[in-house]
Amino acid sequence: MTLAAETHGFLSPTGVEIVFLLTGLVTLGAAVITVTTRQLVHAALWLVVALGGLAVEYLLLTAEFVAWVQVLIYVGSVVVLLLFGLMLTRAPIGRSPDADSGNRWVALGVAGAAAVLLVTLVVDAFRTTWIDLDEPKGTTDLLGASVFRHWVLPFEALSVLLLAALVGAIVLSRKDGGAAEEPVEDPAAADDGGEG
Amino acid sequence: MHLAYPAVLAVLLFCVGLYGVLARRNAILVLMSVELMLNAVNLNLVAFDVAFRDVLRSGQSFTLFIIALAAAEIGIGLAIVLMVYRNRGTSAVDRLRDLADTDAGGTGAAADPADPADRQDPQGAGDAAGGPATASKKAEATA
Repeated sequence: MTLAAETHGFLSPTGVEIVFLLTGLVTLGAAVITVTTRQLVHAALWLVVALGGLAVEYLLLTAEFVAWVQVLIYVGSVVVLLLFGLMLTRAPIGRSPDADSGNRWVALGVAGAAAVLLVTLVVDAFRTTWIDLDEPKGTTDLLGASVFRHWVLPFEALSVLLLAALVGAIVLSRKDGGAAEEPVEDPAAADDGGEG
Repeated sequence: MHLAYPAVLAVLLFCVGLYGVLARRNAILVLMSVELMLNAVNLNLVAFDVAFRDVLRSGQSFTLFIIALAAAEIGIGLAIVLMVYRNRGTSAVDRLRDLADTDAGGTGAAADPADPADRQDPQGAGDAAGGPATASKKAEATA
């Protein structure tokens, strides 16, 4: 970070900035299509484009290890999980007319107001801050040393959390345990709803 | 590189994700929008880590932790959505209204007769009419 504005032109973008801008436009467009398309499977596939574009942005910011982790975990597994979820809930293949709920104009207003407010704030706050990209700052060497030296306790806690999530997902998606109890519970729940 | 480029991109991605969370009806599409918001935060963390030359690399380490958290979150979230779909036959978030606070009768303690929200009798009647239908659908889906 340097504050010397005279060494950087304010409106003379370098090559990295131009590439970052173009990739950012692709990423943002894919994200917008993800949240607005009416074909549910296409939304998951456009999410792949958005997440891959973000991986390219990480590479441009010289954070290469985070970029490859992003490709492996997000593009490789999260999107596949989402596609499995879409298949298992029998999502319609073609255009579904009710992909958006009734409050989409309220949502548009909230998101637009938040975008205007935050963009104004961020541009005003970081107008004179530059990123120095001459040396890589996110190689596997540096990041591995940092994670296993300074952040090793959160790392271990995270492994416990992943184990808990694994057990929780298995318990939630088990069929026999839930099905044996539900016919007993459902009339009670319906009675409570009727009284209340 | 100017720091405003990644910061503005992260802000715009976050707002796109916010719109998706508020406007989508399918629960899996809501989860996708949550992923977009998490990725916007990740971009901010990486950009500020690189910009401020953090010696502990806390921004990139937190990004790795958030990616692992997001994987756990999407696993649990999809398990919940699949269970709801198996029990109710739908994954639309605006049809899961069993805990909605629109019933005219109330449970006694929470019901206030002067509350204007409780006077919406047509909506309450509609929900009461929708209650047995969803219950029968639920029983049909469980059977």
